[in-house]
Amino acid sequence: MRNLAYTAIAIAVGLVVLVGYFLQLELLVNLRLVLLEWATLLVAVALLVGVINLLSVHWRKSTSDNKNRVNSIALIVAMVITLGVAGYFGPTHPYSLWIFNYIQIPIEGSLMAILAVVLIYAGVRLLRRKPNLLSIVFIATAVVILLMTGPLFGIDIPGLAELRIWIGKVPAVAGARGILLGVSLGIIAAGLRILIGADRPYGGN
Amino acid sequence: MNSLSILGLIFVGIFFGLMITSAVFLRQREGLILREISAFARLQRAIGLAVEAGSRLHISLGRGHMLSTQSGIGYVGLSILGRIARSTSISDRPPIATSGEGTLGILTQDTQRDAAKNLGVEFDPVRGRITGLSPYSYSAGTLSLIEEEDVGANMLIGSFGSEVGLITEAAERSESMTLGGTDNLSGQAVLFASAQEPLIGEETYAGGAYLGVGPMHIASLYAQDILRWVLIGLIVIGAIIKLLGSL
Repeated sequence: MRNLAYTAIAIAVGLVVLVGYFLQLELLVNLRLVLLEWATLLVAVALLVGVINLLSVHWRKSTSDNKNRVNSIALIVAMVITLGVAGYFGPTHPYSLWIFNYIQIPIEGSLMAILAVVLIYAGVRLLRRKPNLLSIVFIATAVVILLMTGPLFGIDIPGLAELRIWIGKVPAVAGARGILLGVSLGIIAAGLRILIGADRPYGGN
Repeated sequence: MNSLSILGLIFVGIFFGLMITSAVFLRQREGLILREISAFARLQRAIGLAVEAGSRLHISLGRGHMLSTQSGIGYVGLSILGRIARSTSISDRPPIATSGEGTLGILTQDTQRDAAKNLGVEFDPVRGRITGLSPYSYSAGTLSLIEEEDVGANMLIGSFGSEVGLITEAAERSESMTLGGTDNLSGQAVLFASAQEPLIGEETYAGGAYLGVGPMHIASLYAQDILRWVLIGLIVIGAIIKLLGSL
């Protein structure tokens, strides 16, 4: 019975939001806006639940005999300090911004740097794992774009700049549009399945 | 109501009609054959192995916001998680799911709890984790999990950017299989290069149909295929008309 109620609420709310998007009737539009405001509030609460989940998982790991428990302890300490500073002084206070600018950004920046190395390695591994035409085209395109994006010791190879522009304007856009069309159809299908109650991610499947 | 809204409503209506028609058609027909996607064949084997050999499956649902278009891929990931959880929750090492967004995290736990309840087994909330709330913290949290939990196969179905490369690298180092699909173009490029079994474009959304989540997933796949060909036809006709017009 409870599952039936969940499904009925999901379908009714989904229909109001969908029809309110297409039909500009005052009642529907207002109702849709109210529902979206409620959803935004719930998402904010869910974010808080997410933080608690993160904290509880790492609390459990830090109190168990886990070999990486030091990392979990570091995460809990950092989280408590950040929440304390941002909560007490406010998120735009210099102390809070110091944590953001001098701790979070450098750490994420270093991860981004690692990612660049990882991607080069992945490119090489791709040619070893799948030595086919598609992989060769993929790597060759990446190399051409990279060569023309950065300065090449002041050397100007004739035709390479035009090639880069052509790749960016024609095959890349065509491929991206093809992929995005498929993605869009997939999103509509997923949404409609929720709307008719065929998929019930809110429980009761 | 402008013409674009009418067109949008008609398109959604046609899509819905095709889904229902396909569902009715499929009910009357048995032994349906879908084109082979090697990624899903490998995943089926990995699911079997997880039950028999006790290896852990990791399903990563990304960090798609549930109030945006990224929710579509999130729902697909949740459907697949539900299907996998129902198949493997009875094993010694039930699957573990990670996400990087609050709502998705709650739905992840709810899906797994539901599967465990249906099978009559206990659900441990730690099996549905939020590993980080920013792109790189999510990746950092997930890659340590892959190493710690001795994961046998990773399924990355969700909204990921290029940071997904860190997760696939961790999977490669732990010698576990990686299947990945996302709605993000740069994420797709990274997955194409780094995942063992990348899913391109609409293939990601076909996961439910290939893993037997439900008949409506196959019906919607049929509707997607029909409309994709219609759109391709319209694009080609449009290009020809434009070409003729410029002559």
